[in-house]
Amino acid sequence: MSLTNYLVLATLLFTIGATTVLLRRNGIIVFMGVELMLNATNLALVTFSRIHGNLQGQVFAFFVMVVAAAEVVIGLAIIVSIFRTRRSASVDDVNLLRN
Amino acid sequence: MSVHTLTAARLPFADLVAPVAPSGVWQESAWLLVAIPLVSAAILLLAGKRSNRWGHWLGVAASAASFVIGALILVSLLGVPAEQRVVELHLFDWVSVGQLSLNAGMRLDPLSLTFVMLVTFVGTLIHVYSVAYMEHDKDRRRFFAYLNLFVAAMLLLVLGNSYLLLFVGWEGVGLASYLLIGFWNYRTEYAVAAKKAFVANRVGDLGLLLAMMTLFASVGALDFASVFAAVGSLDSSTVTILGLALLLAACGKSAQFPLQSWLGDAMAGPTPVSALIHAATMVTAGVYLVVRSAPIYEAAPNAQLAVVVVGAITLLFGAIVGCAKDDMKKALAASTMSQIGYMMLAAGLGPIGYAFAIFHLFTHGFFKAGMFLGAGSVMHGMNDQVDMRRFGGLARYMKVTWITFGLGWLAILGVPPFSGFWSKDKIIEAAFVPVEGAEWRAWVFGTVVLVGAGITAFYMSRLFFMTFHGEKRWTTAAEGAEQHPHESPRLMTWPMIVLAVGSVALGGLLSINSAFTTWLEPVTGHAEHHEPVLPVPVIMAATLVLVAIGLFLAWRQYAASTVPVVAPAGSLLTRAARRDLYQDEVNDLALVQPGAYLTRSLVYGDRQVVDGAVTGIAHGTVGLAERLRKLQTGYVRSYAATMLAGVVVLLVVVLVTRI
Repeated sequence: MSLTNYLVLATLLFTIGATTVLLRRNGIIVFMGVELMLNATNLALVTFSRIHGNLQGQVFAFFVMVVAAAEVVIGLAIIVSIFRTRRSASVDDVNLLRN
Repeated sequence: MSVHTLTAARLPFADLVAPVAPSGVWQESAWLLVAIPLVSAAILLLAGKRSNRWGHWLGVAASAASFVIGALILVSLLGVPAEQRVVELHLFDWVSVGQLSLNAGMRLDPLSLTFVMLVTFVGTLIHVYSVAYMEHDKDRRRFFAYLNLFVAAMLLLVLGNSYLLLFVGWEGVGLASYLLIGFWNYRTEYAVAAKKAFVANRVGDLGLLLAMMTLFASVGALDFASVFAAVGSLDSSTVTILGLALLLAACGKSAQFPLQSWLGDAMAGPTPVSALIHAATMVTAGVYLVVRSAPIYEAAPNAQLAVVVVGAITLLFGAIVGCAKDDMKKALAASTMSQIGYMMLAAGLGPIGYAFAIFHLFTHGFFKAGMFLGAGSVMHGMNDQVDMRRFGGLARYMKVTWITFGLGWLAILGVPPFSGFWSKDKIIEAAFVPVEGAEWRAWVFGTVVLVGAGITAFYMSRLFFMTFHGEKRWTTAAEGAEQHPHESPRLMTWPMIVLAVGSVALGGLLSINSAFTTWLEPVTGHAEHHEPVLPVPVIMAATLVLVAIGLFLAWRQYAASTVPVVAPAGSLLTRAARRDLYQDEVNDLALVQPGAYLTRSLVYGDRQVVDGAVTGIAHGTVGLAERLRKLQTGYVRSYAATMLAGVVVLLVVVLVTRI
C-alpha cells in the first residue's frame, strides 16, 4: 500500500474539516472541524516522516497534539461561557465587538 | 542763458548753509513746541469726563503756548545774520543700528519756522473758533485732544531734522486727520470717508518709505544735512527715483493727481478740521516735502518736471471740479486741491519757484482757513446745511461772515492788493520763465496757470454769490427745516476777522523788499532773476483780465439771474465734474476691482489648493477606511474563509516559485 494514499486521506480529512469550519454555525461542530483539520495535518506530518525516514514529522505531530489539547480546553471553556450568557452556541451570534 | 543759467540755478545748493548749534534758551527748548500740545492731548484723552469743563481751554492754551515759543524762536533767528539761520538742535541719539546712526533733532530754519508760525497761529485761532463751534457736541473734549495731537504731529513733521523724524510726524498728522474726518463716525459715510483718506495716504507713505530705503541704500544716512551733502555724488537715476518717490508721498498727503480723490470726502469732518488740516496745514505738507528736498530735485530735472506736470494737472482738475460742486465745503476742497496744485507747480520750477510756493502756501493758509471758518459759520446759521443752491441772500443776515469771507474771496482771486495777488501772480510769472532746451514748458505751464486763475475766479465767485447774494432759496418748514440765519457768536467771528486781516494785508506786507523770499533764502537758495517769455506787465494784465471775466460770468449766472434750486442736468463736463471727473470710478476700475479680484482668486486658491490638500488627505483616509470596514463582517466563518484563501494563495505562490 503506497504512502500516497495516506496523503490523499489527510487531504480529504483536511478538506472535510475546513468545510465544516466554514459552513457550520454551531461552535462545537466548528471545533470538531478544527480538530479534524489538525489531525489531518498530523497524519500528513507522520506520513512525511515516514517518507523521509526521519523523526522530525513525528515530533512535530506530538507538538500539534499538545497544543490542540490546550486549545480545546480554552476553546471549549469560551464556548460554554458564551452559551451560558447568550443561550446560543452559534458563532454568528458572537459579533458584539463589531459595533 | 545756457550753461550759465544751470550753474546759477544750482549754485545755492553747492554751498548749503551749514547748520549751527542753537543759542539762547528759546532755541534750546524748541522741543517744547511739540511736547506741549502732545502732553495736552494726552491729558485730554486720559483725564476723561473730569476735564470736560475746562478741556477745550487747555487745548487752546497748549496751541497758544506753542505759538508763543515759536514766535520767540522766530525773533531770535531774525536777530542773527542769514548764514546763521539754520539751527540744528540735538535732542537724543535715536537709532543706532549697524551703519545707520541717527539723531533725533530739530531743524530750526526759515522754512520750518514759517510752518511753525502758520500751524500754531492759524491753529490757535481755529482752536478758539472750535470752542464755540463744537459747543453742543458731547465729545468736544476728544475733539480738542485730536486737534492738539494734530498740532504736535504737524510741528514734528516740519521740525524734524531727518526724513525718519519727518515720517513720524507725517504718520501722526495722517492719524489725526483720520480720527478727525471720522469724528462723527456713527454716520457710516463719514467713517468710510475717514478710511478712504487713510488708505489714499498710505499709498503716498509708500513713496516716502521707498525714498528712505533708497537713501539708506545709496547714502547710508537719513538726516537732511548728510543727505543733501551727498546728493551731488549720487548717479542721476538714483536721484530721479528719489525725486519720484518723494513726489508720490507728496501726492498722497497733498491730494495731488492721481491720489486726490480723498480730499473731497474728507469734508465729512467738522468744519474747523477742514479749515486747519484739509486747507491750511496738513495738505500742504507735500509742498513742504518737495521744497525741503530741493537739493534732491535740483539734481533730478526729470523728477522736477514730473512735479510741475502733477501740479499743472491738479490745478486744472481741482478748478474744473470746483465749478460744478453744489456742496459748499466740497467746492472749497476742490479749490484747496487746485491751489496746492499751484504750489506744487511752483515747487517744481526750481529755485525761482520754491519761495513763491511757500509764500502762496502761507497766504493760502490764511485766506482758505478763513473761508472755511466762514463756511462753518454759514452752516452754523443754516442748520448745518451745505447745499449752496439752498443758500442765497445771506449777506444781510451774517454781516461779519459775509465781509470776512469776501475778503478771503478777493484774496484767492488774486485781486491786488490782497494777499493772494502777491503770491499767485509771482507763481504765474515764474511759470512763464523759459527753461533752457525746453521753451515749450514756459508756454504750456504758463497758459495752464493763467487759465487756472480765470477758472478760480469763476468758481470762487460762484460760491460767494450763491451763498451770500441773489435771492433767498432757503429750505422751508415743509422741506424739513425752516431757516433763521443768524450771525455766529463772537468766539467764532473773531478768528474769522483775524484771518481776514491776514488775507488782506499779509501778502503785501511780506512782499515789501521781497522780505519773505529773502527770509527763505538760506533754505531755498538765492534765485537769479529771470525774464519770462512775456513781459511781466502783460502777464499781470492777462491774469487780471481773466479773473475779471471769470468773476463777471459768475456774477451774471449766479447773482444777476435766478439760481435753480435743483441742479440742472448740465453739460457732459458739468456732470463729470460733479462726480470728481470720475476719479472714484477710475480708481474703482483700475485699483479696487483688480484688488478685489486678486483677493477673490487668492481666497479661491487657498480654499482649493491649501485647504484642498489638507481636507483631501482626510477625505481619502476616511474613504479608504469605509471600504476596509466592509471586510469586518463580524462573522467568524468569513474570517476563517479569508484565512483559508490566504493560505491557499501563499501555497500557490510558494509552489509556483519553487517550480
